[in-house]
Amino acid sequence: MSELLKVPTMAEFMAQGKQPEVLFWVGCAGSFDDRAKKITKAFVKLLNKANVEFAVLGTEESCTGDPAKRAGNEFLFQMQAVTNIEVLNAYEVKKIVTACPHCFNTIKNEYPDLGGNYEVMHHTQFLKTLLDEGRLTIEGGKYKGKRITFHDPCYLGRANNVYEAPRELIQKLEAELIEMKNCKRNGLCCGAGGAQMFKEPEKGDKDVNVERTEQALDVKPEIIAAGCPFCNTMMTDGIKAKEKESDVAVMDVAELIANAQDL
Amino acid sequence: MSYLPNLLFIIILFLGIGFFAKNVKKLMRNIKLGQDTDVSDNKAQRWKNMAMIALGQSKMVRRPIAGILHVVVYVGFIIINIEVLEIIIDGIFGTHRIGLQILPQSVYGFLIGSFEVLAVLVFIAVIVFWLRRNVIKLARFWKSEMTSWPKNDGNYILYFEMVLMTLFLVMNATDVNFQALNSGNVISQYMAPWFSGLSEGTLHIIERGAWWLHIVGILIFLNYLYFSKHLHILLAFPNTYYGNLKPKGQFNNLEAVTNEVKMMMDSNVDPFAAPAEGSEDEVPAKFGASDVQDLNWVQLLNAYTCTECGRCTSECPANQTGKKLSPRKIMMDTRDRLEEVGKNIDANKGEFKEDGKQLLDNYITREELWACTSCNACVEACPVSIDPLSIILEMRRYLVMEQSAAPTELNNMMTNIENNGAPWPYNQMDRLNWKNE
Repeated sequence: MSELLKVPTMAEFMAQGKQPEVLFWVGCAGSFDDRAKKITKAFVKLLNKANVEFAVLGTEESCTGDPAKRAGNEFLFQMQAVTNIEVLNAYEVKKIVTACPHCFNTIKNEYPDLGGNYEVMHHTQFLKTLLDEGRLTIEGGKYKGKRITFHDPCYLGRANNVYEAPRELIQKLEAELIEMKNCKRNGLCCGAGGAQMFKEPEKGDKDVNVERTEQALDVKPEIIAAGCPFCNTMMTDGIKAKEKESDVAVMDVAELIANAQDL
Repeated sequence: MSYLPNLLFIIILFLGIGFFAKNVKKLMRNIKLGQDTDVSDNKAQRWKNMAMIALGQSKMVRRPIAGILHVVVYVGFIIINIEVLEIIIDGIFGTHRIGLQILPQSVYGFLIGSFEVLAVLVFIAVIVFWLRRNVIKLARFWKSEMTSWPKNDGNYILYFEMVLMTLFLVMNATDVNFQALNSGNVISQYMAPWFSGLSEGTLHIIERGAWWLHIVGILIFLNYLYFSKHLHILLAFPNTYYGNLKPKGQFNNLEAVTNEVKMMMDSNVDPFAAPAEGSEDEVPAKFGASDVQDLNWVQLLNAYTCTECGRCTSECPANQTGKKLSPRKIMMDTRDRLEEVGKNIDANKGEFKEDGKQLLDNYITREELWACTSCNACVEACPVSIDPLSIILEMRRYLVMEQSAAPTELNNMMTNIENNGAPWPYNQMDRLNWKNE
C-alpha cells in the first residue's frame, strides 16, 4: 500500500514553480510516533483519494514549540516559531491543515503575532469541506450502526470552539454517535496537554487518562474516536489499563473514514 | 431633640460609606500593583460580555440548580435594594415611607409586595445554599482549601442574608399603618398576627428596631465585602468586562522574548552595539511571575473577584484525580498574598519592604503548578471570566526561564526540541520516513 502514497514536499513543488492547494503540517507525533504515523497515512490516503494537491515540509518541518511554551519556556517556543515561520513564509504558504490540535492551535493563534499568518484547519474541518464540496464521498457501511463516542481534544474544543466538524464526519459514517457525560465544552482532558505528555503525572489517586477512559466506557462504545495523536495515545493506554483492548478500539476520525472506504 | 435620629442616621451612613470607600481605594491600589496590560480593545464585545455574563448570569445557569437559586438571590438583592433607597431618604429627612407620599398607593403596594415575595424567595434560596454547604456537603465546598476562614465566610454571608430578609419582613409586619393600608403586605400580613398581643407602642419599637438593624446591617455587610469572597457582587462586572476575548488556547507571546529572539535570528544586528536610548526600560525585571507584582492587574482583579464557588476545581482533571492542584486555590492564594503585600505597604509608609516571602513556594507549590494540563476546563467553568490558567503559566515561565527548575523529563523534552526539532530524540532528517514505512 505504502508505495501508493503520494507525499510531495514543498521543495518539490517549488522546483516545479507550483503552489500546492494546502500544506499538510504533519507534526512531531504524526512523523515519529508509531501509532500517530498510521493517522498521518490514513489522512494522506484521503487527500490522495480526493485529489488534493498538498505538500509537506518533510525534513524542513520542526516542532511548533507548543510543549515548550506550555511548559513555560517562551524562549524555546519563539525560537521554534520564528524558524518555522521563516520556512513557511519563504514558501509563501497560505493554507495549512494538520491532524494535531496542538500544532493547529499554536500555528493558528500564536504564530500571527510573530509574523506567521495562515489559514489553519484541523484535519476534521478539512475533511468536512472535502465532503461538502463533493470531492470526497463516504461509501460502504462498515461502521453503520456502530456505537462511536468522540473524545474532544482540549486544544480543538475548548481552546478553539471546534466541536461539530469531527461529529459530523462520524455521523456521515452512519454510525451511532454517543456522547460521554462530559463532552464538548465540558469535555474532560485526556491528561496529555500542557506538556504532561512528556512527564510522569504528579502524585494523585488516579491517572487522568484512566478517569477519561472510564467516562468513555460508561457509554459502552465500540470505538472511541479521537482527533489528536496525544489523546489517542492516552486513551489507548487507558483502554489497556482497563483491559478492554479486545472490546474497544481507539481510532482517529481520519482513520475511520479511510477504513470505511477500504483505503 | 427630634432631629437626633436623623443626625445619628446621617453619621452612621457617612461612616458606613466612608469606611467602604477607604477600602475600595485600598483595593484599587492593590490591583494596580500588577503589571500593565492592554485591554482597551474591542469595547463593544467587552460590554456585551459584561451584560451577558455578569448582568445576565449566562454562565451561572449552566449548572441549573445552583444557577437558578443564584439568580433568585441576585435579582432579589438588586430589587430589594430599591427599598434601601426609601430607607435612606426616610432616615435623612425623618420621613416615614416617603414612597407612599410620592407614589400612588397601588404602585407603592405593588413594589413593596414584590420586595416581600422576593425576600421570601431569597430566604428560601439561602437556606438551600446553606444545606448544600453544610448538610449535603457538596464536594467542592469541602476541598482542602475550604477550611477555617473560607468555610466560615461562606456561611456568614448566608446568615447575613437570612437576617436581613427577616428584618425587612418584620419591619413591614409590625408597621401598624402599613398593615392597615392592606396594600403590598402580601407576605407580612401573615406575620402580623405573630405580634398581635403586643401594644401599639411595643410594635412601634419592634418596627423601629427592625428598620435600624436592617439599614445598619446593610452597611455592615457593605463593609464586610472587602474582607470576604463576597466582593464578587461588585467585581464580577469589571472582571467580565476585562475578561479574555481571544481563543482560550491562545497564550500570550512575551514581547521581551520576541525582541531577543529577533535579535538572535537577525544577522544584520550587531550584538555588541550599545543599546538604544531608553531600551533598558523594555527589558522586564524578570520573566514570568514569582510574586503578585509580576502578574498583570487583570489577574489581580481576578483574584479579588473569585467567590470561591469551586466550579473550576470541580472541573479540573488534575484535581479530580487527586492531585494537589486546585484552580480555586491558585486564585485564593493570589488574593491572600496580594493582601499581605498591601498590608506590608500600609505598614511601611507606602513602600513595600522585602518580607522574605513570595507567591511561589510560600503560597503556591511547584507540585501544583506542574500538575496542570492547560486544558482550560477551569477557565470554561468560571461564571465570572476568571483565568487561573494564565497565572499557572506565568509561574511556570518563572520556574523555567529564571530558575531552570523544570522537572527533569521536561528538560529532556526541551533539549530534544532544541537539538532536533521534536520533543523526542529523533533526527529531523528522519521526519518523512513514515512515507516509506
